[in-house]
Amino acid sequence: MFKGMTLGQYYQTDSALHRLDPRVKLVATFVYIISLFVVDSFAGYAFAGLFLFALIRLSHVPFRYMVRGLRGILFLLLITMAFNLFLTPGEALVKFWIFTITKEGLSFAVKMAIRLIFLIMGSSIMTLTTTPNQLTDALESLLSPLKKIHVPVHEISMMMSIALRFIPILMEETDKIEKAQLARGADFESKNLVKKVKSLVPLLVPLFIGAFRRANDLAMAMEARCYRGGEGRTKMKPLIYHGNDYQAYAVLTVYLLCCAAIRIVL
Amino acid sequence: MGLKLENVSYKYEQGTAMEVAALDNVSVEIPDGQFIGLIGHTGSGKSTFVQMLNGLLRATQGHVYYDGEDIDGENFDRKGLRANVGLVFQYPEHQLFETDVVADVMFGPRNLGLSEEECRARALEALNAVGMPERFYEQSPFDLSGGQKRRAAIAGVLAMHPKVLVLDEPTAGLDPKGRDEILELISAMHRERRMTILLVSHSMEDVARYVDRIMVMNHGKLIFDDAPRGVFAHYRELEEIGLAAPQMTYIMQYLKEKGMPVRTDVLTVEEAAAEILQYV
Repeated sequence: MFKGMTLGQYYQTDSALHRLDPRVKLVATFVYIISLFVVDSFAGYAFAGLFLFALIRLSHVPFRYMVRGLRGILFLLLITMAFNLFLTPGEALVKFWIFTITKEGLSFAVKMAIRLIFLIMGSSIMTLTTTPNQLTDALESLLSPLKKIHVPVHEISMMMSIALRFIPILMEETDKIEKAQLARGADFESKNLVKKVKSLVPLLVPLFIGAFRRANDLAMAMEARCYRGGEGRTKMKPLIYHGNDYQAYAVLTVYLLCCAAIRIVL
Repeated sequence: MGLKLENVSYKYEQGTAMEVAALDNVSVEIPDGQFIGLIGHTGSGKSTFVQMLNGLLRATQGHVYYDGEDIDGENFDRKGLRANVGLVFQYPEHQLFETDVVADVMFGPRNLGLSEEECRARALEALNAVGMPERFYEQSPFDLSGGQKRRAAIAGVLAMHPKVLVLDEPTAGLDPKGRDEILELISAMHRERRMTILLVSHSMEDVARYVDRIMVMNHGKLIFDDAPRGVFAHYRELEEIGLAAPQMTYIMQYLKEKGMPVRTDVLTVEEAAAEILQYV
């Protein structure tokens, strides 16, 4: 049912990117997304694409894992392209029936598509090379200045890591319940919409009950270990920047400057 | 006729770095009417094996036959297979979802397209067979105790009138009394209805008392397939893969080493006592 969901799926291997501090990767993803909006020419996109390609090679993650994440946004991609293609006013290229494709529309649509694809692939690199727990740690650390204005940063990151931790568990549970009901002759493949929705009840009810049960157990276990929020709590693996992290920041700065330069020059 | 597996292999995540062979070239026959114990360590491929039997997982290699028909064949009635080969998963109480116990047990028969009266009749019969007290019939399954929930869930599979009943660790998480009751219940199914039963467990003690035949799995391979006494004779090899023979095997073995000429292939405490008394 959820097979092939890449976003948030860590690919276990050893690479320069896997070893980076998660804060660097989070910032880098953010910077990369910004850079995609800084550059506005095909030369700029070529540069951003090159950078992305280098990162993919560095990450040692097979290329098809990166592309897998794109399947989810295929529909969004097509709609965005169609809207841009047909609804941008300008110099007409092709005309048929009520549709007009303009030169501006075409270039806009292609740029939009490139942007979206790079955006997804860029964030996929981060999620494929960083475990969800590292990611929430990084988020907590990066957002900690907000504690000054009473934003519950620790609680937010704790909720996020619990939610992330439970995704695979619930997926596995769904799979188990689905199989158990299939063994009782359930039919999840009906074409009829009403039947299809009805057939989900035997799946969803046990799933929700299981989720509540787990939530209760977890709350109990946390309380039993005297969890009472982030105040004064230390970490087993505190985030510390090393030499390679500073190098990565340097590379990132150079990359962003280059993007800005491309924007100004072209 | 029963079930037959021919050179069946199954790989998870085929074609990725995480590829794991859960079943490795397993060939076995399960004739009608046998009571079989399937034993193996966690991750030995037991659960994968049982899911092969009713087509929930498809063999990546090899064939599974039910009554001589290939279950991956094009015109094979897979829903019919699932009615004939009932599978009770681990912690089956997690599959309960209906508003009352009877309705939950009726889910299976309903999926078979039976009439409402027939479904109800089957549900009541199944609940009776698992020894569910009648006062619970109209209650929400979520209000039952752990042991009763499990009975309700097992009834849900029994109500489909399977010819083969496969139970994956049916006693996991139950107290000793609940465990004995469930095992006794399964044994009664076998005796009274001549059902073929495959009981998956990692406890030799549980299995030794009831079954006619034991299959032992390790790393996706079937390493022993024999009568209990035959399998437990290999107790040293069993230990090597992290399993153990029933305690009585060890006691008798020890007595023999100390010079008491007793049989070592006993399975239960009663048998052991009789054997020792005979000597004394």
